[in-house]
Amino acid sequence: MPNTKERPIKVLIAKPGLDGHDRGAKVLARGLRDEGFEVIYTGLRQTPEMVVTAALQEDVDVVGLSILSGAHMTLLPRIAEGLRAQGLDDVLVTAGGIIPDDDIPALEAAGISRIFGPGTTIREVADYLRASARHRDA
Amino acid sequence: MTSADSTAKADMTAQLDPRARGERLAEEARAGSRRALARLLTEVEARTRVAEVAMRILYPLAGGAHLVGVTGAPGAGKSTLVAGLIAEARATGRPVAVIAVDPSSPITGGAILGDRVRMQQFAGDADVFIRSMASRGHVGGLATSSVAAAAVLDACGFPLIFIETVGTGQSEVEVAAVADTTLVVQAPEMGDEVQAIKAGLLEVADIVAVNKADRPGADRAAANLRAMLTVGVSRDRAMGDRPRPKRPDVLLVSGMTGAGVPELLAALDRRHAARSDGSVPGAAAGDAARLKRAEAQVAGILAERLWDRLRDGSLAAGTAATLSAVAAHDLDPYTAAERLLIAAGGGAADVPGGD
Ligand SMILES: Nc1nc2c(ncn2[C@@H]2O[C@H](COP(=O)(O)OP(=O)(O)OP(=O)(O)O)[C@@H](O)[C@H]2O)c(=O)[nH]1
Ligand SMILES: [Mg+2]
Repeated sequence: MPNTKERPIKVLIAKPGLDGHDRGAKVLARGLRDEGFEVIYTGLRQTPEMVVTAALQEDVDVVGLSILSGAHMTLLPRIAEGLRAQGLDDVLVTAGGIIPDDDIPALEAAGISRIFGPGTTIREVADYLRASARHRDA
Repeated sequence: MTSADSTAKADMTAQLDPRARGERLAEEARAGSRRALARLLTEVEARTRVAEVAMRILYPLAGGAHLVGVTGAPGAGKSTLVAGLIAEARATGRPVAVIAVDPSSPITGGAILGDRVRMQQFAGDADVFIRSMASRGHVGGLATSSVAAAAVLDACGFPLIFIETVGTGQSEVEVAAVADTTLVVQAPEMGDEVQAIKAGLLEVADIVAVNKADRPGADRAAANLRAMLTVGVSRDRAMGDRPRPKRPDVLLVSGMTGAGVPELLAALDRRHAARSDGSVPGAAAGDAARLKRAEAQVAGILAERLWDRLRDGSLAAGTAATLSAVAAHDLDPYTAAERLLIAAGGGAADVPGGD
């Protein structure tokens, strides 16, 4: 082990909404692990309450939401709001999936700091998270 | 959620010095703030000064909870079964906490923590607290962090705490073995009993749950296990004073359908009660587990302290040179360790709050 006390960044990967595919989310979880992140994977059909509770209990640095169902305009702001209501203002919230460009400004205003479109590489996501997530040295 | 959480704002303790922050987090976590509890567990996991300060306050308040180690082969159904046990305990209003440990990659340090997937239905119930933990390959052993986390949860009002670990590595099995009660989960697949023996799982088990009883073959697997464990018992008589293997109870359960789960929780509760009232055989075994737990914690902290001391400041260069000499086979590892021990000797390091 390297003699450093910098700890891995903790990322929650969740898939809100009702659609039944989580292959993309699993690929991302695996890829981020290989990039040295600690990834908490919560799986499919997550309600905003499940996402917020998990983020709170796990004390994550990042919440990464994967969404395909088209319900992003309701679910994503509700999750961001739920996190703020729990005092998790310093948690970085990102989203990925199929989200029309026109919706992006409203989602950013709601507290989603970055939206990754189709074709984003794992390395790009990892670099963004390393640059933007809170860093907590032990 | 608790009222302490609903009024929480961005972490106000981040600016405090370690001592004040540790005291504040301990106090807020005790008062029911799940947010403070979660932050404190992060400190415990990273073994910070903040965690040390908080542990000084919380450890004396802990000790009453029943700590149940849950282990078994990958995919045996541990998390699903724990979820079933949580539901059962919640039916009578008991708060429950879970520490779910998954391995870190020794190469990248990353981890996928996936046990929580099976336990998401308890979101919104403030009396269920689930925390994932990566093993992180600490010098002092995994038991130090996970047992310290359990003590924090105990002091914060969780009387029943499950620690789930995959039963494949030495340190993972050790974590389950130092719990008050060790529950080994077996899937009925062929060959699994042999795997369990190889991994040393049956030796540490107080209770073996043969899971997936809804599937064909579970009855037979339970019968095989009981037969095997009986053989162990008859040999046992000839062993005199040598350490004996435990004689675990074998229960058939299905985490998926819930069959057998109430009986399993009742069996766990009986063991805890036996330890608490001291009147029933098994109580002594429970105390032995607590002593092993104390040893695992203190030994882990000692190893880490020693190693930190050797790799910090004026000693770092000498330590590196000693390691290089061992790597080059110019020095044997015993002599090296002896020299490092002498080098590390001397006064106590400064200790926060040590007055
Ligand atoms: N049929 C059946 N399947 C089950 C049962 N319990 C768990 N499973 C399935 O077994 C698989 C593994 O379950 P988990 O609960 O994740 O097992 P685990 O032992 O926690 O797995 P790891 O933490 O990855 O080692 C899942 O697909 C579950 O749905 C059961 O009682 N019956
Ligand atoms: Mg599991």
